[in-house]
Amino acid sequence: MTQLALVIDLNVCVGCQACVTSCKEWNTSGSAGPMGDQNPYGADPTGTFFNRVQTFEVGEFPTTETVHFPKSCLHCEDPPCVPVCPTGASYKRKEDGIVLVNYDKCIGCKYCSWACPYGARELDEQQQVMKKCTLCVDRIYDMTMAEADRKPSCVKACPTSARLFGDVHDPESAVSVAIRESGGYALMPEWGTHPANHYLPRRKTRIKIHEDELERADNPLKVDRQLPKPAMDEPTLDDVTTW
Amino acid sequence: MQAATASLPPVQEVKNTTCYMCACRCGIRVHLRDGVVRYIDGNPDHPLNKGVICAKGSSGIMKQYSPARLLKPLKRKAGAERGAGEFEEIEWDEAFATLAERLGKIRATDPKKFALFTGRDQMQALTGMFARQFGTPNYAAHGGFCSVNMAAGMIYTIGGSFWEFGGPDLDRAKLFVMIGTAEDHHSNPMKIALSKFKRDGGRFISINPVRTGYSAIADEWVPIRPGTDGALLLAIIHEIIATGLYDRDFLVQYSNAGQLINADETNDEFGFFVRTEVPTEEACYEPQDKLWWDRTTDRPVVTHKPGADPYLLGEFKLSDGTPVKPAFQLLQERVKDYTPDWASQITGIPADVIRRLAHEMGVTARDQKIELPIAWTDSWGNEHDTVTGNPVAFHAMRGLAAHSNGFQTIRAMAILMSLLGTIDRPGGFRHKAPFPRPIPPCARTPNDPRAVQPNRPLDGMALGWPSDPDDLFVNDDGSPVRIDKAFSWEYPLSVHGLMHNAITNAWRGDPYRIDTLLIFMANMAWNSTMNAVEVRKMLNDKDESGEYKIPFLVVCDAFHSEMTAFADLILPDTTYLERHDVMSMLDRPISEFDGPVDSVRIPVVPVSGDCKPFQEVLIELGTRLKLPAFVTKEGARKFRDYPDFVVNWESEPGSGIGFLAGWRGKGGEKSLRGEPNPNQWEMYKKNNCVFHYELPKSYQYMRNWNKGYLEWSQRNRITRYAEPILIHIYSEVLQRFRSAAQGKGLTRKPPEHLKKRIDTYFDPLPFYYDTLEALATDKQKYPLAAVTQRPMAMYHSWDSQNAWLRQIHTHNYLFVNALTARQQGIDDGDWIWVESQWGKVKCMARHSEAVEPGTVWTWNAIGKAAGAWNLTPDANESQKGFLLNHLISEELPEAGRRISNSDPITGQAAWYDVRVRIYKVGAGETAITSPQFETMKPYPGMKTRSAILAFLGVKPK
Amino acid sequence: MHPAFSVIFLTTLIGAAQGLFLALFTAQSYAAFKLLPQPDAHGFYGQGSLLALALLVAGLVASFFHLGHPERAWRSAAMWRTSWLSREVIVLPAFMGVVFLYGLAHWLEWHPVLMTLPGGLPVDPTAILGVAGTVLAFALFICTGMIYACLKFLAEWHSPLTVINYVLLGGASGFTLAAAFAAATAPELVSFLAGWAAIITVLGLIGRIASLYRNARLKPKSTLQTAIGIKHPRIVQKTQGFMGGSFNTREFFHGRPVAVLRGVKWFFLLAAFPVPLLLLLAGMQDGMAALVAAFVVQYAGLLAERWFFFAQANHPQNLYYQSIS
Ligand SMILES: Nc1nc2c(c(=O)[nH]1)N[C@H]1C(S)=C(S)[C@@H](COP(=O)(O)OP(=O)(O)OC[C@H]3O[C@@H](n4cnc5c(=O)[nH]c(N)nc54)[C@H](O)[C@@H]3O)O[C@H]1N2
Ligand SMILES: Nc1nc2c(c(=O)[nH]1)N[C@H]1C(S)=C(S)[C@@H](COP(=O)(O)OP(=O)(O)OC[C@H]3O[C@@H](n4cnc5c(=O)[nH]c(N)nc54)[C@H](O)[C@@H]3O)O[C@H]1N2
Ligand code: SF4
Ligand code: SF4
Ligand code: SF4
Ligand code: SF4
Ligand code: SF4
Ligand SMILES: [Mo]
Repeated sequence: MTQLALVIDLNVCVGCQACVTSCKEWNTSGSAGPMGDQNPYGADPTGTFFNRVQTFEVGEFPTTETVHFPKSCLHCEDPPCVPVCPTGASYKRKEDGIVLVNYDKCIGCKYCSWACPYGARELDEQQQVMKKCTLCVDRIYDMTMAEADRKPSCVKACPTSARLFGDVHDPESAVSVAIRESGGYALMPEWGTHPANHYLPRRKTRIKIHEDELERADNPLKVDRQLPKPAMDEPTLDDVTTW
Repeated sequence: MQAATASLPPVQEVKNTTCYMCACRCGIRVHLRDGVVRYIDGNPDHPLNKGVICAKGSSGIMKQYSPARLLKPLKRKAGAERGAGEFEEIEWDEAFATLAERLGKIRATDPKKFALFTGRDQMQALTGMFARQFGTPNYAAHGGFCSVNMAAGMIYTIGGSFWEFGGPDLDRAKLFVMIGTAEDHHSNPMKIALSKFKRDGGRFISINPVRTGYSAIADEWVPIRPGTDGALLLAIIHEIIATGLYDRDFLVQYSNAGQLINADETNDEFGFFVRTEVPTEEACYEPQDKLWWDRTTDRPVVTHKPGADPYLLGEFKLSDGTPVKPAFQLLQERVKDYTPDWASQITGIPADVIRRLAHEMGVTARDQKIELPIAWTDSWGNEHDTVTGNPVAFHAMRGLAAHSNGFQTIRAMAILMSLLGTIDRPGGFRHKAPFPRPIPPCARTPNDPRAVQPNRPLDGMALGWPSDPDDLFVNDDGSPVRIDKAFSWEYPLSVHGLMHNAITNAWRGDPYRIDTLLIFMANMAWNSTMNAVEVRKMLNDKDESGEYKIPFLVVCDAFHSEMTAFADLILPDTTYLERHDVMSMLDRPISEFDGPVDSVRIPVVPVSGDCKPFQEVLIELGTRLKLPAFVTKEGARKFRDYPDFVVNWESEPGSGIGFLAGWRGKGGEKSLRGEPNPNQWEMYKKNNCVFHYELPKSYQYMRNWNKGYLEWSQRNRITRYAEPILIHIYSEVLQRFRSAAQGKGLTRKPPEHLKKRIDTYFDPLPFYYDTLEALATDKQKYPLAAVTQRPMAMYHSWDSQNAWLRQIHTHNYLFVNALTARQQGIDDGDWIWVESQWGKVKCMARHSEAVEPGTVWTWNAIGKAAGAWNLTPDANESQKGFLLNHLISEELPEAGRRISNSDPITGQAAWYDVRVRIYKVGAGETAITSPQFETMKPYPGMKTRSAILAFLGVKPK
Repeated sequence: MHPAFSVIFLTTLIGAAQGLFLALFTAQSYAAFKLLPQPDAHGFYGQGSLLALALLVAGLVASFFHLGHPERAWRSAAMWRTSWLSREVIVLPAFMGVVFLYGLAHWLEWHPVLMTLPGGLPVDPTAILGVAGTVLAFALFICTGMIYACLKFLAEWHSPLTVINYVLLGGASGFTLAAAFAAATAPELVSFLAGWAAIITVLGLIGRIASLYRNARLKPKSTLQTAIGIKHPRIVQKTQGFMGGSFNTREFFHGRPVAVLRGVKWFFLLAAFPVPLLLLLAGMQDGMAALVAAFVVQYAGLLAERWFFFAQANHPQNLYYQSIS
């Protein structure tokens, strides 16, 4: 069975927020929209977004790591948000595992958001229904689009291609390979929600330099007489012993 | 959503153009429904961004439909005070008539009295040409307050530069060292390259006092104290030379490292290269008349003599007894005392880290060489079967540039890059057309005040590249001709002008008063001015007669910016989605490593309200003023409009050089040069709005010395000469100024009070000095360095009107190392005062572990004046957000005079030199930022802001 | 969590109503076994049921304020197989219906003997409705409690104590109300009801203290380390990615200083338990005023208790929403 998901590579995410606004831009006037904004030009502006990029500092100066951390609905394989929904507005699609909200059924009771440990759902203040990432379901199957465009807006936008999209149940898919080979992990595994979205950790490249690499025979200083041979009259072993 | 797969009616139209939510200029596809912009994504066929887009680009809709847009020409109400924001709507006819009359009079009397300054725009080709045609020397764009140190420091060294002129080849690099860069103009391309680089296993080191953004994903973060990179780089050079990790062959062939310099201090020629003959013609290239000391014959020979191999180190005597030394010897002497231990004290970086950095660079460059099977011929006729690369790449921007010691620091970096043999080679630094150019490039300003004449175009360029004191644009007494004092003895190599001093100078009447100041796309009453509090007063200040000290202020802006409040006349510009634009080879095109690329914008939506593209304004004004470029001999209009101008204008009749390089020639069959093509716009439109000329592989590398490339470039009139461009390890240009300051030679001499300054800073070899501000500051009292960074999701001051982006950065904090903060008793989130010797601001502190303890920083230009950008007066931007600029002075005291707070060589604004102290606000002080300014009102003609926003046109169910 | 007044009123009002109904039927049962005098059915049971019904309706009305789309509330019965909320939505009106019928039967004094229990006890419609109502009242308590208790991420709630406390606190307030009500309509039952009210209040106090004790010792299962998947002891959020607040910062944070929380806790610990207890004891002697006061104070205490119940619950999502910059 298919389970579509995002795999987010923290190793290359620079926190640029492209995925945040491109998501908003696509979805606000798409079938998941509108995503209203309150006080857009006033104090404490606020609005509905399906995707947020956060920043964490790990460790203490000077060994600090700054981690940019994008988060949207993780399309859990066992989504706790679904069974609690009293109306059936929240559902998980059999065919591709996408967790969706049917706005026409949603009564805005917010219960599903309480049941999501990840804070991935947002009640739209204007429409008063629960909203969340749809995995751009209105893009990925839209045959009027060129194939290259049939992926989520955030994935298309991401300048570092930190966002991979695909079927995590297909072991050959790029996302599955990435999870397998780059240490992909799930968030808050303690809850057994089995998020379909995965994260790839930071990886470090180091260079090892051997002492002898700094003193090579072809050292250019020799050409310019800067690594001189010792003078002939300096003492040597020859001066003190015989064998 | 309704049913899961239900989709709205298909988008009706997709139009391609070029983004301008920032200066990166990615290709975008604008999706429209019922004529309304619905979605903007990256154009996959665009060479720059290859389909990706950034946070700003994706929020273009909110710019297009922003309530902060100016929609009517406005003039200050009769009787209203300037700055009070009292405007009345006028028609364009009146605006043009007013301008034509006023400017006509100025032009007929003293064209200097008109000054045109433009901000982060991309049409310097047109604005510069307009100013020149008008006849004023007082023209500049943002370069002087932006990163001129980067341009000048590198171009005066390697003939090309980071910025839009070149960059790191991360495709092939193995080690990448990024210094002082937060976001930069190469926004999306850098991100694309960086992630690819990391995924390919490259090692990424970031040298920066702060770890955010790109630095976050670095394999190693090297926190450094601001303003001290010069020390670090010189120490690395020290270590590289001491261990012999430099690319000797590269230096010998392609730089002036082996050239002999007169070492006789008593001689007038001291410090100059010894030459075989006196150059006959004054041409813009370096004749190959210098000497090497040949190892095999142990005699001086003309450089590049076949078979010769010079000593790089040593001391020699010419036959006439003159002592001479190779440039490299002088460099070695220079860095002798710049040891890693010395640098460690200054930079705060452990000495063994500095050594390791040097070793990593040197060993990677030497041992991981790339050989590409590309045959090429060098300038001396030697054929090469391969192109070699030493895969160590650097990138640096304003973290180096925006310091008053930046020029010499950047020279040190360029020299380091050269020592490693990484110039225009795979995996190193790569040029982008129209670079490389001769050192220095050939454009010159006039050097004589008589170049400014009534009713005549300026006799020369307003901006240029001085090569010796005689190139300075000064009066006979050595005083500056330009209002910003660029190209004067105060900042001789100020190749991009000093916009940041224009207002102060004009206000003070030093060097003189002007009449009309036209500001285009620059928010100079706010974020692009230092000392914003005082500068705002200057803009309103009157003289004894009651006349404004700057009598007439015209602002062309698209939005309700802080600057517009001070205008006497406001010209409402269009947005980037509404106009034609060109990213021209005559300005800063979007060229790639593999060849020239230029691009255009084509309107995708109709013009809003009564907006008018500034280009059209200039063409109309030029026509009305009968500037020669815009009218026929008989004085009749030459160009219908801007698109017509772009197609038909030629630099000279028949030159074949115009704004666009693509599809020239009658049928579009020619590239780079050719007759005007009436269908040129159509052809750009069909080609994703870009023209990409891919050079043959053999012309893509080693272009400073690549015979084929240089001749190609000459044939296509990109350059005048095809002489090789040798790297200036040793800068004779600087020596010429120093020598003049020492009273030697035949050139002009600096005025007495500037002699010492020139003598000190115009050192032909890089050296480290503490920033001018630090020298003028009690560091005990102001122990911290304060800097800003660009947030990736905001462009300068533009985006607070953007409903989506402002939710990401609504106000800003001062980030303080947690330890430093705790020592001051400052808790996370506390309100604090940040105080420099020039001013103080109140703001909130945020603890951070990702900042060097002696540095505090904040996001740039998030703070706003109350009411500006049509935000409500209580918006966070003006209540909690703050501008660091209030703490930065545009001038420093120097020997009893005021001198710009800038690099003494280039006039680069020294934004990042400021020193501060921080302390908690007193009990009872309000939790609101300070200083506060009078609330700006919305202007007539602007849309009202809505309290809620669903999507435009689509009503919530 | 952000305490929503709609939900606070909903749960406290229907809790009291359920308790009241249980009190009525308890009294009826005791009376049936002749353990208590038979009160005026018309007034005590009939009007008592009406009072319970009124509370239920008020609770229901309050709950509508919680919904973004109250007009679609009917849809919420759909998922009774999985959703405790859905079940509540079904049980609540069923319970209301039974309470209504129960009251009506008493009001109309409709007592046909439908059958006789082995002990010779006649069973009339009020008895059947009473049993049905009792079952539904407990079902409703369980549904309401389980709405919270089933959320395993909300450790403060995820415990049988949550359900037990819903039962006990609803029961206590209902019995207190019944006692006060009896003072006006069936004085002979006051001591009995007040006695039970006191007992349940004491049990409620025990239950509530048990849950406070438990909650004070909870160790959050989720940490920043598991939230973002990085193993390092020191992780601090610098920005949650937006500054003006969002649903996630409004819905899941009470936004009050710790001192307020502590104050509310002490208030409810006093107002919901010892004070009404004393008033109940006083009320057994001199009647109405003290009993009404007991209910009013206890109800106020329970409002505070419910506020605290929400405020104290710390949602793991909050790990993601800690800082702006
Ligand atoms: N999103 C976005 N993109 C932009 C812009 C924007 O406003 N927003 N502006 C555009 C413009 S006009 C420009 S000029 C470019 C500038 O691009 P950058 O040069 O990348 O811009 P800055 O934000 O000035 O970054 C300076 C960096 O240098 C660091 N720094 C400061 N002092 C020192 C120092 O002494 N040594 C070192 N090693 N580092 C130091 C700072 O911490 C910061 O990370 O960006 C362009 N791109
Ligand atoms: N403290 C501090 N100050 C700095 C810097 C820093 O790092 N720290 N960076 C400096 C640098 S590098 C730069 S380049 C400057 C940038 O400084 P500016 O160029 O002054 O900054 P912008 O905010 O880009 O503002 C330009 C104006 O252009 C307007 N505008 C936007 N789009 C259009 C358009 O389409 N047409 C017209 N006509 N106007 C438009 C905006 O409304 C705004 O008023 O800031 C400098 N100031
Ligand atoms: S992340 Fe939250 S909203 Fe998304 S499926 Fe999982 S539990 Fe549901
Ligand atoms: S808010 Fe909507 S989707 Fe969520 S549980 Fe309630 S009805 Fe279901
Ligand atoms: S998949 Fe679509 S809806 Fe989900 S975060 Fe990405 S852009 Fe937004
Ligand atoms: S667009 Fe990509 S790089 Fe940018 S924040 Fe999102 S995931 Fe990270
Ligand atoms: S980087 Fe600049 S030009 Fe490119 S999409 Fe973003 S805002 Fe537009
Ligand atoms: Mo800039």
